[in-house]
Amino acid sequence: MNVMAVVKRIAQQFIRDKRSLALLVIAPILVITLIWLVLDGNEYEPEIAIDDLPAPLEESIQEESVHNLKEMSEEEAKQALQQSNIDAFLTTKNDALYILLEGSDATANSATLQTIQAAIQMMNNGIEQEPVIEYYYGSDQLNLFDQVGSVLIGFFIFFFVFIIGGISFLRERTQGTLEKLLSTPIKRWEIVFGYLIGFGIFTILQALIIASYSVYVLDIYMAGDFWQLLLVTFLLAITALSLATLLSAFANNEFQMMQFIPLVIIPQVFFSGMFPLESLAEWLQVLSKLMPLTYGANAMQAIMLKGQNIWDVWQDIVIVFGFAAIFIVLNIFALKKHRRL
Amino acid sequence: MSKILEMNEIALSFGKEKVLKDINLSVDSGEIFGLLGPSGAGKTTLVKVIVGILEATKGSVWVQGKKMPSLELMKSIGYMSQSDALYQELSAKENLAFFAALYGLKKKEREEVINKAANIVNLSKELNKEVRHYSGGMKRRLSLAASLMHSPGLLILDEPTVGIDPLLRQSIWDEFHKLKESGITIIVTTHVMDEADKCDRLAMLRDGSIIACNTPEKLKAEQGVESIEAAFLAYGGGAQ
Ligand SMILES: Nc1ncnc2c1ncn2[C@@H]1O[C@H](COP(=O)(O)OP(=O)(O)O)[C@@H](O)[C@H]1O
Ligand SMILES: [Mg+2]
Repeated sequence: MNVMAVVKRIAQQFIRDKRSLALLVIAPILVITLIWLVLDGNEYEPEIAIDDLPAPLEESIQEESVHNLKEMSEEEAKQALQQSNIDAFLTTKNDALYILLEGSDATANSATLQTIQAAIQMMNNGIEQEPVIEYYYGSDQLNLFDQVGSVLIGFFIFFFVFIIGGISFLRERTQGTLEKLLSTPIKRWEIVFGYLIGFGIFTILQALIIASYSVYVLDIYMAGDFWQLLLVTFLLAITALSLATLLSAFANNEFQMMQFIPLVIIPQVFFSGMFPLESLAEWLQVLSKLMPLTYGANAMQAIMLKGQNIWDVWQDIVIVFGFAAIFIVLNIFALKKHRRL
Repeated sequence: MSKILEMNEIALSFGKEKVLKDINLSVDSGEIFGLLGPSGAGKTTLVKVIVGILEATKGSVWVQGKKMPSLELMKSIGYMSQSDALYQELSAKENLAFFAALYGLKKKEREEVINKAANIVNLSKELNKEVRHYSGGMKRRLSLAASLMHSPGLLILDEPTVGIDPLLRQSIWDEFHKLKESGITIIVTTHVMDEADKCDRLAMLRDGSIIACNTPEKLKAEQGVESIEAAFLAYGGGAQ
C-alpha cells in the first residue's frame, strides 16, 4: 500500500528530527504559557489618594479598595501621579466629585473607575439592594485568558502545523525526492494522503498535549467536552496541513514558504473571534468568512466557553471540513505540474 | 534484436524555449545506450520524457511496445536522477526499503533485493548509516541501488558518475556491464567523452537535436578521427 509506505517514511523522518518535533509541541505550549502569565493575572487593585471627601463616601471607598487610602493635597497628589505612585486623586470641588486619573494605563483606569463607581453606588443604595447578577455563559471568574485562550489554541496549532507540514512537503521537491517518487508507479493522491495521514498522527498527539495542558495545567475555562474539543483542533490541524502543502507548490525555498505566514496565517487570528467582529466594516466581515480559522475558533469557543456540543456548531465543523477537502483536491491537481499522470 | 524503446518525432518546449527538437531514437533490448552532450543540451529533459515524468509537446514514446506515459510501464523502468534523491534523515536501508515498498515489494522480498543491490554498489557494510553521514560518492551509489529495487528491465541513469572518483567510476561501469549481462537495458547520459566509449551505441545531443547516432567505433571512423571528442566536434557539436 503506497499510502502506508509514505506514512511510515514520514514517521521515521519525524522521529529522527527532534527539533521539528519540539517545534510542533513545545513552541505552542511555551507561547500559550506566556500569554497565560500575562493575561491570567489577578485583578488590578488601584491606589487612590483622597482629600477633603464627605465622610460616608470616604468610608465607602475604604471598604471597596484593598489598599489604604492616602490623604494628600492636590499638589502632592499630582507629584505622586507623575511618579506613578497612585492611580487617581479624589476630592470635591464646588460640591461636585472631582476625579483626577493617571490615565496612561487602560487597565488601571477602568479598575479605578470601577472601584469608585461601586463605592458611590453602595453609599446611595445600601447593601440590601445590590442587583443579582447571573451568567448565562461563563462565570464571573472568566478572565481575558479564558476568552482568547480558546482561539489561541486553535491558532497556534494552525500556525505550527502550517510551518512544519509546508516545509517538509517543499523539501520533498527541492531535494529531488518528489521527482524520484513520481518516477515510481505511485499515484498523486497517494502522495497527498500519505502526507495527511503521516502528519495527522503527529498533529493528533500535538492537539492532545496542547489541549490537555491548557485545560488541566493552565486551568483555562472549559465548559464543554474535552474530546469534542480535540476533534475540532485535529480538524483544524488537517486544514492547516492541506493548505500548507498546497501553498508549498508556489514557493521555491523555505524562506518563500515563511513569506506566506504574514499573508495567510496572521490575518486569520484577527478575524477569528478574538476581537469583536460586529463593529468591523462589511467587506472585512466578508473576508473573515473566507478563513478556516474563523469557523474552527468559533466552534472551539462554543465548546469551551458556552459548553455547547459539537452538533450545536455542526455548520462550522462542516465548513472547516470543506476547506480541508478543497485544499486536498487542489493539492492533487497542483502535483500535475510535476507529472501529468 | 527487439526494440525496448522507440521515440518518434519528439519535441518539447518550456514556454517559448524549444528544449527538444524532432528527436527520433530507438534502443535495442540488452544494450548500453549512451546519450552524450554538453550541459544544457537537453539530456535530462529527454530521459525524463522516457521515464514518464515529463510529457512531450509532440511525438510519441513507446516502451516495450506500449505507449508512455503509463503507471504500469513505470514498474519496469528504473530511474536514477541527476541529483541524489534521498531522504537525509533516514538510514540507507530505510531509503531503499521505502522505494522498494513503492514498487509493491513484500517485506521478505524487500530484504532480499536490498541486500542484493547493496552488494552490487558495495554498500553492504554501511546500510544502517544515516544518509546525511554519507559521502558524495556513497550517495551516488545508493541512488543507483534505489533504482534497482524492482529489477527493472530498462534502467535510465542521468549522469550516474558525476562527482565520483575515477577508480569508483571504473567499478560502477563494471557493474553496468554485469547488469547488462543479466539482460537489463541501460540508457546512460553523460557529458564526459571518454565514458561514451564504453557504450554499445551512442547518440550525440546538441541544442535539443540528435546530431549523430551509432556505435562509438563507427562514429569515429565516419569522421576519420581517433577520439569521441574529435568526432563530436566534427559532427558539429562544437559550432554554436
Ligand atoms: N523546468 C524547466 N523549465 C524551463 N526550462 C528548463 C526546465 N528544465 C530544463 N530547462 C532548460 O532546458 C534546457 C535543457 O536542460 P537539461 O535537459 O537539464 O540539459 P542537460 O541535462 O543536458 O544539462 C536548458 O536550457 C534548461 O535551462
Ligand atoms: Mg542534466
